[in-house]
Amino acid sequence: MTAFGALEAQARRVRAHAIRMATNGGCFLGASLSCTDLLVYLYDRVLRMAPDRVADPGRDYLLLSKGHDVPALYGTLAERGYFPTARLANHLAIDDHLYWHPNRAIPGVEFHSGSLGHLLSVGMGIAVDARLRGGPSRVFVVVGDGELDEGSMWEAALVAGAKRLDNLVVIVDRNGFQANLATESLIPLEPLADKLRAFGFAVADVDGHSFPALAGAFATLPHAAGKPTAVIARTVRNKGLPSIEDRAERWFVDLQPDEVRMLLDELEGNAAQPLRSAPLVVR
Amino acid sequence: MNTYESVLAALAAADERIVVLTAENRAAIRNLPDQIGARFIDVGICEQTMVGMAAGLALRGRVPVVHALATFLTLRAFEFIRTDVGIGRLPVKLVGGIPGFLSEANGPTHQAIDDVAVMRAIPGMEIFCPADAAELAAGLPVVLASPAPTYIRFNARPSALEHAPFALGRAETLSAGDDLGVLVAGLLVPAAADACASLHRDGIGARLVNLRTLAPVDEGAILAAARSCRVLVTVEDHLLVGGLYALVAEVLVRHRVSVPVVPLGLDARWFRPGRLDDVLEHEGFSATRLTARLQRAFEDNAGRRHGSAGASEQQTAPARAPARGQRRWQTT
Repeated sequence: MTAFGALEAQARRVRAHAIRMATNGGCFLGASLSCTDLLVYLYDRVLRMAPDRVADPGRDYLLLSKGHDVPALYGTLAERGYFPTARLANHLAIDDHLYWHPNRAIPGVEFHSGSLGHLLSVGMGIAVDARLRGGPSRVFVVVGDGELDEGSMWEAALVAGAKRLDNLVVIVDRNGFQANLATESLIPLEPLADKLRAFGFAVADVDGHSFPALAGAFATLPHAAGKPTAVIARTVRNKGLPSIEDRAERWFVDLQPDEVRMLLDELEGNAAQPLRSAPLVVR
Repeated sequence: MNTYESVLAALAAADERIVVLTAENRAAIRNLPDQIGARFIDVGICEQTMVGMAAGLALRGRVPVVHALATFLTLRAFEFIRTDVGIGRLPVKLVGGIPGFLSEANGPTHQAIDDVAVMRAIPGMEIFCPADAAELAAGLPVVLASPAPTYIRFNARPSALEHAPFALGRAETLSAGDDLGVLVAGLLVPAAADACASLHRDGIGARLVNLRTLAPVDEGAILAAARSCRVLVTVEDHLLVGGLYALVAEVLVRHRVSVPVVPLGLDARWFRPGRLDDVLEHEGFSATRLTARLQRAFEDNAGRRHGSAGASEQQTAPARAPARGQRRWQTT
């Protein structure tokens, strides 16, 4: 058992939840698995937030800006007791609220998202209010790298730097893909750290699947007084499932029931078998 | 004189929840930074970021009052208004500057003549169209107290009108009459009041209904005018699509009330840019031109109460309608 053994086990359970959500309608599995370690680490070790603090104005806020990675958030929140894990079986049920994008009907979800490029500015409004009130709240906004194509992200970044929002932390889930293509093959983002620095952020660039690396990135916040912090978390689409890791065409998946069992097996370290279900890449 | 700025400053002084944001548009709020300090937030020319931040502030219990030119606020930031404020049903107050004809000589880029249409499309959005500075000042405390998101079609021009006490969704009747019903809101209310006074002098009983808010709208006032008057006219500095005319048509259809309705507004085009007085004259909304257009609308349609479908300004009168100038309304 390593120093992060319990976290690794928790992350494995969250990934298993996401895989079980990837059937009977499916989900955006690729991005869910790339941000799982990030979410598990933040909720366990960084956020001053808990199921009994969801209305505490002094809590930290986590906003999932790209939104379609919400199975990882549903799984993390359920594992941490915000709602029963049994409720995850209601994924896509018409009489529950566990659909493809986050919403406030789910305990622990701060705000809805799904339209790319929104929650950085929403998070900035929360951060400004926390500063106005002199409260301790910090705002963590998890954004996608593909999402950084949106002009509103850079407009908001410009203002975040100008307003010196050092209670704001932007985490880029840098899995290298936008919907169907590698980011660098379409609209290259690199050098991303330099871009964010130029907009006034203090920037860390780390392995988003390494708990020791994440511990280093979040040990002391802000990284620089008077500056918003950006953490570029280098991640892998579908992390944890070598048979479909880093594959452009496995963004959204809708698995057959036996394929769910195969991937859960693979997650536990057993031999991978190829998926038969058709890649669904256009959503 | 209570100005928009003085009323907003007083409301903010009494209520810590109120924060004021602007996308570097300070014309109406120049002195507020000195009066409310850190609760005045200028984000620069970033309408989308401003609306997103307003949503975040509202999530924390604030009542953000955001300012930008109407067209850039409602169109550039539309999806932020719809997605963050609208879906969230957050009490963000959106103040759109120089709407409609008030953009004067700026040209079509600045002409918010579709702002009511797009704001009406957002579930739960309230829309306040003040007729003048006094109504803006009277309505501001009420719309800020509403828990709903609100779009304010900013108009702080002075007028000599005396207004009834303000309430959301309550029209005021500025002149009584059962011949011609004139439905209006916002900038054109004073000109419409002058025009209706002229019509009264000429023997046409013109009922002037200032709707004040288009969402919620006073359906009762619209239906009462439709049932009492022989002809309705809608007057708006907005496209006919999605604005006051469309709204009135929806109400009449929903309640199965049939009456000739003549729309005076912008029919699928932007207006000719110029100084405000010149725009009003050119587009037919000065008091003089409005008087003539209202009279014509009445004369052309007063005989059509139970007649056939159409009602328009330009149509030639059908055989059974009274000829122009034959003042049949005086004898019936």
